[in-house]
Amino acid sequence: MASATAPPAAGDTACVLDRDGMGALVRELRARGRTVIGPTVRDDAIVLAKLESAEELPYGWGVEHEAGYYRVRRRPDGAAFAHSAGPQSWKSFLHPERVRQWAADRGPDGEMTVRPERDEPPSFAFLGVRPCDLRAIQIQDRVMIGGPHRDATYGARRGGAFLIVVECTEPGATCFCVSMDTGPAARPGYDLALTEVVDEAGHRFLARAGTDEGAEILAALPRRPADDLTRTRAREDVEAAAGRMGRTMPEVDLRALLAGTLDAERWNDVAARCLTCGNCTMACPTCFCTTTEDVTDLTGDHAERWRRWESCYDLDFTHLPGGSVRGSGRSRYRQWLTHKLGTWWDQFDSSGCVGCGRCIVWCPVGIDITEEAHALHQESLDGQAGTEDGRP
Amino acid sequence: MAAPAAPARPRLGVFKFASCDGCQLTLLDCEDELLPLSAEVEIAHFVEASSDIQPGPYDLSLVEGSVSTPEHLERIRRIRAESRYLVTIGACATAGGVQALRNYADAEEFRAAVYAQPEYIETLATSTPIEAHVPVDLELRGCPIDRGQLVEVITAFLADRRPDIPNHSVCFACKRRGTPCLPVSRGIPCLGPATHAGCGALCPAYGRGCYGCFGPSGSTNMPAMIPLLRSDGMSDEDVLRLLHTFNVNDFTAIEPEREHEVEPGTKLPGEPR
Ligand code: SF4
Ligand code: SF4
Ligand code: SF4
Ligand code: SF4
Repeated sequence: MASATAPPAAGDTACVLDRDGMGALVRELRARGRTVIGPTVRDDAIVLAKLESAEELPYGWGVEHEAGYYRVRRRPDGAAFAHSAGPQSWKSFLHPERVRQWAADRGPDGEMTVRPERDEPPSFAFLGVRPCDLRAIQIQDRVMIGGPHRDATYGARRGGAFLIVVECTEPGATCFCVSMDTGPAARPGYDLALTEVVDEAGHRFLARAGTDEGAEILAALPRRPADDLTRTRAREDVEAAAGRMGRTMPEVDLRALLAGTLDAERWNDVAARCLTCGNCTMACPTCFCTTTEDVTDLTGDHAERWRRWESCYDLDFTHLPGGSVRGSGRSRYRQWLTHKLGTWWDQFDSSGCVGCGRCIVWCPVGIDITEEAHALHQESLDGQAGTEDGRP
Repeated sequence: MAAPAAPARPRLGVFKFASCDGCQLTLLDCEDELLPLSAEVEIAHFVEASSDIQPGPYDLSLVEGSVSTPEHLERIRRIRAESRYLVTIGACATAGGVQALRNYADAEEFRAAVYAQPEYIETLATSTPIEAHVPVDLELRGCPIDRGQLVEVITAFLADRRPDIPNHSVCFACKRRGTPCLPVSRGIPCLGPATHAGCGALCPAYGRGCYGCFGPSGSTNMPAMIPLLRSDGMSDEDVLRLLHTFNVNDFTAIEPEREHEVEPGTKLPGEPR
């Protein structure tokens, strides 16, 4: 598979940056007033945080993943981007966990003044967006700003964000972007794309621009023209990564599979293991659900409306007079899986899953979305999935 | 025409049963809110703060502590009858507290072992939550309760709105806070997936597993939770100790090996094991 990059906006901008060039990239972005967010080692994990310099990148760190398991590990090759499925995703910055939406004050005359919140977000540069993450951002774009009701908070943050995709050469044991057709090569939508190459010829990054601003920034960095060896190595490494996915999805129409297995026995099996803790939805880069929170002060003259992340694993998510519509763990796990793989298509015309593997890694009990999909597929093949009631 | 009388402020009562006073201290700890609070409510009964004790009725009663003595049985009924809203605060009031350990042992033996002159101690055989005796409008969990949640209950009461006290797990708050999950990234046992939110996922943020001081969440799966604790290195004995602390009554009610037909969070009068 060739890396399907967008044609650079201003001719062939491909060039090679070395580690100093990476340092210059972060400096250049900061000089342009950008808040650079990228991976760094903190709390025994590779987290996304504000970077002051490229030296904070996780050079020489990788991760070992399994379902419900994550450990940072030293890497002898010094690579900075040989990791995946960290504890957060870019949604923490584009769709923050808690934001104020408006505040209201009652004056001495009883008159109410309502002030909508004006989020003045920093102008972000995201360094190290994985191809699956880029797809996840595009999926959230559709949800948050792609419909009739544009979300102002998301729109303001996303509108100014500069995206630097780093292609994957080291997929994790829980990755399945090939099944979801989102990686490991960069797809259009980035400002800059990088491929990290570490071999006998040194540690370097093949860079190309996807937008004029990307080309402008590259032109300001110490760089050298892209040589054939670096181009070939970058392509081969990404192709090899595509063959080393730790997980796969069953090769069937997942939307049809989910629609046809609503009464499967498997839901009971997974419900017996699921803690309904909500971690999978919070870790998922596409889950977007929120709830509102009203705050008043002691005098009652000041009120605020906030919104915060919510999850369909919460009993309150479907609370109506008379109780929760989805009272059982079975119905809540099923909601998550059918939304991610099935009904997202009906709602937003795409899959809600990009194959990043976060929900697998960060589920404390290691429930694996791919294993559940395979089991549902197997059960439907065995003809045990009852859909006699004709529900879709 | 005479000026209209200033509207009467709602009357607040704070009451203590068998407890350590820590939850009432949380109220005294609300330094920024105490002065404005006293402008909005009449603090009619709060022995910890003032010796000026007013009789009922009370518009909002905050009740700390468990029912542990014969005298408590009568007193809680009286307070309920005098209160428009009754909110229980803290693990003693909502679950019976750590003193409910005696529900699973011989209370007589405890009494003899702990007190020099046990004959002066008059106590019930069990320590039970307030809700086991009278209807409760809201339970505020925690050992001790969270300051922010207490302020939320009071401001909601004053604005006549529903307080925002989510029933979900500590993990919700932990993820929102951005803490890398301890069992996953460090193999540290954590009771967060089964524990009621409210603390803001404090312990995991400092690298310590949740130990359940807010009691069970609204949606637990202990047959799956306990093997996770075991796989993160806890022995059966450790698990038992973890579950049998401040909220022993509530966690015992949902322990898988006990074959009760109960909903999570149901208050059981402590039955001897
Ligand atoms: S469902 Fe899981 S694998 Fe798919 S995008 Fe969400 S976190 Fe990633
Ligand atoms: S899976 Fe649940 S939390 Fe995620 S977007 Fe769907 S309904 Fe919301
Ligand atoms: S699948 Fe895992 S992470 Fe998701 S709610 Fe269940 S136990 Fe929690
Ligand atoms: S550290 Fe504990 S509370 Fe936090 S997400 Fe993990 S299991 Fe839940």
